[in-house]
Amino acid sequence: MRFDSLLDSLGGTPLVGLPRLSPGGDVRLWAKLEDRNPTGSVKDRPAFFMVEKAEKEGLLTPGCTILEPTSGNTGISLAMVAKLRGYRIVCVMPENTSAERRQLLEMWGARIVSSPAAGGSNEAVRVAKGLAAENPDWVMLYQYGNEANALAHYETTGPEILADLPSVTHFVAGLGTTGTLMGVGRFLRERVPDVKIVAAEPRYGELVYGLRNIDEGFIPELYDESVLTTRFSVASLEALRRTRELLEQEGIFAGISTGGALHAAIGMADKAVKAGERADIVFVVADGGWKYLSTGAYGGTLEEAEARLEGQLWA
Amino acid sequence: MAIEVRIPTILRNLTDGAKAVDGKGGTLDELFADLDTRHAGLRDRLVDAKGLRKFVNVYLNDEDVRFLGGLETEVADGDSVTILPAVAGG
Repeated sequence: MRFDSLLDSLGGTPLVGLPRLSPGGDVRLWAKLEDRNPTGSVKDRPAFFMVEKAEKEGLLTPGCTILEPTSGNTGISLAMVAKLRGYRIVCVMPENTSAERRQLLEMWGARIVSSPAAGGSNEAVRVAKGLAAENPDWVMLYQYGNEANALAHYETTGPEILADLPSVTHFVAGLGTTGTLMGVGRFLRERVPDVKIVAAEPRYGELVYGLRNIDEGFIPELYDESVLTTRFSVASLEALRRTRELLEQEGIFAGISTGGALHAAIGMADKAVKAGERADIVFVVADGGWKYLSTGAYGGTLEEAEARLEGQLWA
Repeated sequence: MAIEVRIPTILRNLTDGAKAVDGKGGTLDELFADLDTRHAGLRDRLVDAKGLRKFVNVYLNDEDVRFLGGLETEVADGDSVTILPAVAGG
């Protein structure tokens, strides 16, 4: 396949079957390999769409500074697009994210502002909103509320899945900004009767949930509950277990959030088997495992890996 | 047997620091009312006049109760309920 530039190669990722992890017969699991994007994650799609939209609207002009709260992947994607398009970028990132993410961000030229570990991404959003107020000329694309995030998946990821697998019955993805689930979910709901849209939400260690008042929680503006069929909370241990199974059984080296999505996908597969229904279940491999090697997720026992992940933002 | 309810850090001042407490009831609403008799004020932190509070997420055996039946979700002995504040991802 030939493209004029790196950005032109965005999307068009493989959808691969999982012959060993699928229960068999009429119930099959399919992995959408989003690690095969320019910077190695699903976030390249929304990053590109958000920058394009801001350019079209005249918000971004040459020399502008982009600001974004991000636990990593969105920042890395934006930094790559920013470098190619001639923007500066400042990423607000919680300090409890992996070392590789910081190195990658710096490599692509981003300036990193750290936010406190306690409170996780909620704190990064709060700090970024403060910086945006102090620097009115910076452009915050704001992945949590930017419609171009969900639109990227409505216009690209969703159509790719339906074209490759017209018999799709379930779509499962990690829940972060909610952009992937909202975009693909809306697209499939319009075209596939009774399609099930399932969210896998990471359940972190206690530190991440912070000690602030419960009324100061955060729900992304993009989130529309009516798009989802259901939503599961997946603990670190289950996400790690499934991440390793995916590697051992199917040879796919994925990041930890993918294990969370696979856990929910296998849960839906078991349900379909029990109900005697056919199912083609697509789940998203959001990124590869490379950025998480330093967390120790892939070595030692599951319990040891879980202990090392305590307090880390792994999705 | 009872229903195990996992309490987030920010609400443990109401459970004498306990990370998990046991309760009973046929629905989530009854379970919260039961918990409130021993941990006064807990129900009010989870529920308001319109139902579950906006930034409170409750999971029954890891599934979000908003997709099951909200406060009317049926619960039974041996179930596990997890309460968490809403956080951002991405």
